[in-house]
Amino acid sequence: MTTFVELMLNGLSMGSVYALIALGFVVIFRATEVVNFAHASLLLAGGYFIASLHDDIGFWPAVLVGIAGAAVVGAAIEFLVMRRYRGSDHSVLAIVTIGVDILLTTELTRRLGTDVLSLGDPWGDSVLTVGSVSIAYTRIAAFVAAGLLISVFLLAFRYTSWGVAMRAAAESPETAALMGVRLGRVSLGAWAVAGGLAAVAALFLTVFPTPGLERATSLAALKAFPAAILGGLDSTTGALVGGLIVGVTESLATGYQSELTFLGRGLGDLAPYLVMTVILLIRPAGLFGTKELTRV
Amino acid sequence: MGGSGLVVQDASVGYGPVRALRQVSLEVPEGAVVAVLGGNGAGKSTLLRAISRTLGFHRGALTTGSIHFGGRRIDGLHPDRVVGAGVSQVPEGRRVFARMTVADNLRAGALGSAGSRGTKASALSRVHELFPVLAERAGQRAGLLSGGEQQMLAVGRALMASPKLLLLDEPSLGLAPLMAARIADTIQEINGQGTAVLLVEQNAALALRLASSAYVLDVGEVALAGAADELAASDEVRRRYLGVVDETAAADASRGVDALPVLERWAGRR
Repeated sequence: MTTFVELMLNGLSMGSVYALIALGFVVIFRATEVVNFAHASLLLAGGYFIASLHDDIGFWPAVLVGIAGAAVVGAAIEFLVMRRYRGSDHSVLAIVTIGVDILLTTELTRRLGTDVLSLGDPWGDSVLTVGSVSIAYTRIAAFVAAGLLISVFLLAFRYTSWGVAMRAAAESPETAALMGVRLGRVSLGAWAVAGGLAAVAALFLTVFPTPGLERATSLAALKAFPAAILGGLDSTTGALVGGLIVGVTESLATGYQSELTFLGRGLGDLAPYLVMTVILLIRPAGLFGTKELTRV
Repeated sequence: MGGSGLVVQDASVGYGPVRALRQVSLEVPEGAVVAVLGGNGAGKSTLLRAISRTLGFHRGALTTGSIHFGGRRIDGLHPDRVVGAGVSQVPEGRRVFARMTVADNLRAGALGSAGSRGTKASALSRVHELFPVLAERAGQRAGLLSGGEQQMLAVGRALMASPKLLLLDEPSLGLAPLMAARIADTIQEINGQGTAVLLVEQNAALALRLASSAYVLDVGEVALAGAADELAASDEVRRRYLGVVDETAAADASRGVDALPVLERWAGRR
């Protein structure tokens, strides 16, 4: 029972981090109808900023700079690349993002080399023990931070003019333009927000028990894809639920691996994709996705 | 350029190789209601897109001519600047944001307004005064409104930007006659409050009743133009847009109903 509770808590914490990534993914999709395959590289960029700055300016300033930096990188991708293709087919744009991802990831892994960089977080490997259940402080921090950010985001999405413009543009770009919504700005904002969220996610993907920021971090970020897709690509609620499902599934599958040896090892990495496939078989638009959104 | 309202001069629009408008000139004086009539494919919506600068969404472009509003050239601006200059459009088919609430739809309408919080608040109370139902349904999803209510929302949404000129694309389309008449009354009321209206309609009878002057578009060109009552009296308009379509046909139809033959052996059972 103790193991189960621990696995659930860890899973929820990881899930909230995946939800952060998936949320950025969904925001870009809603604002521009583009599936952003460059998301993992945005995340790596955010992590790299934090990792390379924390020694000089301290952890918290480094986190802020990292968030801002990733937001700028996101905005730059929109402004320098995506904007040039405006009016092109959405699938063309999706493929453009694959190109951007390859470029950015290659440059960042070149800089990283074989290093494993610490992000200099203050939590280290300390563990909170309540009764027989113990959980790492980093996981608590991840859950709290992700929860806060997601709440702020959802409130802004619902109540601010930015949110109204974003939702209007998502529903009908032309009508939104008739209302005076600046579509370029909406799209720029979406990319920047997605970058910022990805930087925070990068921090919590690389803290204890993970060794640190390395090449493989962008692979961990890929787990947010099934999260976004199984939730429904155009749904913010879907991103949250999807993230949590992926986190918990992964955690449980990894934790009970020894009892599932007949399936071979490494089930934890596979489980999110398995869940996604099953859910999509039953609900092709994802759990909360809009049905008529067929084009990807 | 003379005139402080909207002045369209020699505008030609092409969608790729397809010419949709040819040398169209049109004027909407300040505070006036001007109607544009024409059948399907005459270029009515294209004309509005050219004014609101949304041709790009349909891969169209203004190839010649100019469009001025309030003495300022607007045919090089982004759509949001056109809204900022005081021109708001109610798109054809209403196009409310179905997944958003009525209140959020109205907020979206105010996004392009240059005005302060105060002007937006007074715009909202004006819209609620015109359409009390929008206040009642503020929290409801716009997609759940009836067609007529959606049209009211679409008009209200455009009014949120406090426009000096309102572009209306077929506001009576798909509405029951009673609802169309209500929308017509509202247009008159909006105009009475000082907003000029450019009304694009297939329902010529309704449009000519509201407008002071009118243009008839035919295959992308202005075929007829003049004062609304003169056009309403002209043979060509009566024949093409009024006579056959509305009055005579309606009369024919009602006569037809009266004269509906009834089989004799059924007559007794009625």
